[in-house]
Amino acid sequence: MISNEQKKYLKSIKVKKFIIISIQLFIVFIFFALWEYLANKNIINTFVFSKPSKILDTIINLAINNNLFTHIFTTLYEVIIAFTLGIFLGLIVAIILYQFPIIAKIVDPFLTMINSLPKVALGPLIIIIAGANTKSIIIMALLINLIVSIITIYNGFINIDETKIKLMKSFKATKKQILIKLVIPSSYKTIISSLKLNISMSLIGVIMGEFLVSKAGIGYLIIYGTQVFNLSLVMTGILILVIISFILYKLVTFIENKLIKKF
Amino acid sequence: MKNKLLEIQNLRKNYHTQNGEIYAIDNISFNIENQEFVCIIGSSGCGKSTLLNILAELEEKSSGNIIKKENLKIGYMLQDDALFPWLTILDNALLGLVIENKKNKENIEYVISLLEKYGLKDFLNKYPSELSGGMRQRVALIRTLAIKPDILLLDEPFSALDYVSRLKVSEDVSKILKSEKKTALMITHDIAEAISLADRIIVLSKRPAKIKNIYKINIDGNSPLERRKSKLFSTYYDKLWKELDNDI
Ligand SMILES: Nc1ncnc2c1ncn2[C@@H]1O[C@H](COP(=O)(O)OP(=O)(O)OP(=O)(O)O)[C@@H](O)[C@H]1O
Ligand SMILES: [Mg+2]
Repeated sequence: MISNEQKKYLKSIKVKKFIIISIQLFIVFIFFALWEYLANKNIINTFVFSKPSKILDTIINLAINNNLFTHIFTTLYEVIIAFTLGIFLGLIVAIILYQFPIIAKIVDPFLTMINSLPKVALGPLIIIIAGANTKSIIIMALLINLIVSIITIYNGFINIDETKIKLMKSFKATKKQILIKLVIPSSYKTIISSLKLNISMSLIGVIMGEFLVSKAGIGYLIIYGTQVFNLSLVMTGILILVIISFILYKLVTFIENKLIKKF
Repeated sequence: MKNKLLEIQNLRKNYHTQNGEIYAIDNISFNIENQEFVCIIGSSGCGKSTLLNILAELEEKSSGNIIKKENLKIGYMLQDDALFPWLTILDNALLGLVIENKKNKENIEYVISLLEKYGLKDFLNKYPSELSGGMRQRVALIRTLAIKPDILLLDEPFSALDYVSRLKVSEDVSKILKSEKKTALMITHDIAEAISLADRIIVLSKRPAKIKNIYKINIDGNSPLERRKSKLFSTYYDKLWKELDNDI
């Protein structure tokens, strides 16, 4: 049984949510409308900033003639590969560092160094080593997401409640048992929340990689648009990127909530 | 019939740190008999937990002998209940058995019977967050009992609880340990708690811990609460208080 007050309360939450979403949509609408209007009145330079109707044309054209979806899927594919690899490798490396504290101590300054290095600087080198292909793009993205994953997950591991470890040891648990029964499950939330960080990092890395080498993908569209001074194409690329990153982020958040709800 | 479970002879422990050496335990010797309840009291930081950690083999001794009865199985209960929030109450209670690879039908039934016997029947499949502090502490005790230890080491097991739950839980623990015929070595800060539970009380000095005195407690009364009502209770309290007073 739900009391009337509870019903009212639930309803007020729904109403609030509805109002917020409406306002958000309204802001998006106004943004595009204003853009179109100012462009038509020649107040902003359409050569540089393009305008929504032109972008829409570009999207339709791309969809018909130029494999818009191939570009989107190329980027998505690269992101997913980099993301999955990043999570798995990150987890494995974090486990190794945790199980062998000596190794963790030794590599600590190197991790910090690599972490603070702007990874784009390595781009040309990666291309020479791995070739001008998708591999380079994935490596670029991995360089960016892996270090962050390792550090986040490892920090989750070492912040485990000491008394729980003491408890495990009092039962004469082995290192492996402590890892499987305690360390990993209690870092579950940290691992899950590193997914969110990882997806943004993967996208950044992939676009960076596509700027350097690519024959397809959203990053390619943007770079190509710049080279031929087709700024509508550039704007289109950016817009699609915004949408993709928004959807990916929401998706990961959704999965995260699903996985965390179990607790 | 009493027999020795544990014999501690000339135990010493010092810690080595970068800032120097810390002498924690200095020449401690005592025995624990079967089905005895022994309490250890002593000022804060004197080395009580260190002693228990050594007995539970979580830390190395520096010198001395610890003679254990053959195949003596030790159970350790910490101050913090350390229940795993992602496991159900039953799974938490089974943790030790899982680690020892002894999670079989018979043992599971034993654990369930303990949980049911001590008021956790309706909580087997609940999670620790749904339990009160006292209940959690009972689960922690059952988790320790599940591996069928011959002796329980308890390190301030009630100090995280409020006063009333503390009285209740020590009542429960005393009942559980008596009816399961267990031996216990318990650390506490609380003189009254020690008198209400123990057969013997070992008073430790300031760090490095030496044995100052051992009191045999002879109070009629089967439960801690009954003991607290006894006239002798305050006599013991005064004695122990004076003993500790010099250290504070
Ligand atoms: N791992 C360690 N390394 C160095 N010193 C330690 C270590 N563990 C404990 N000590 C020191 O040994 C002394 C005794 O510690 P212990 O934890 O046994 O005290 P305690 O009697 O249990 O104190 P409390 O009543 O506060 O629980 C303390 O001075 C403590 O700082
Ligand atoms: Mg202590």
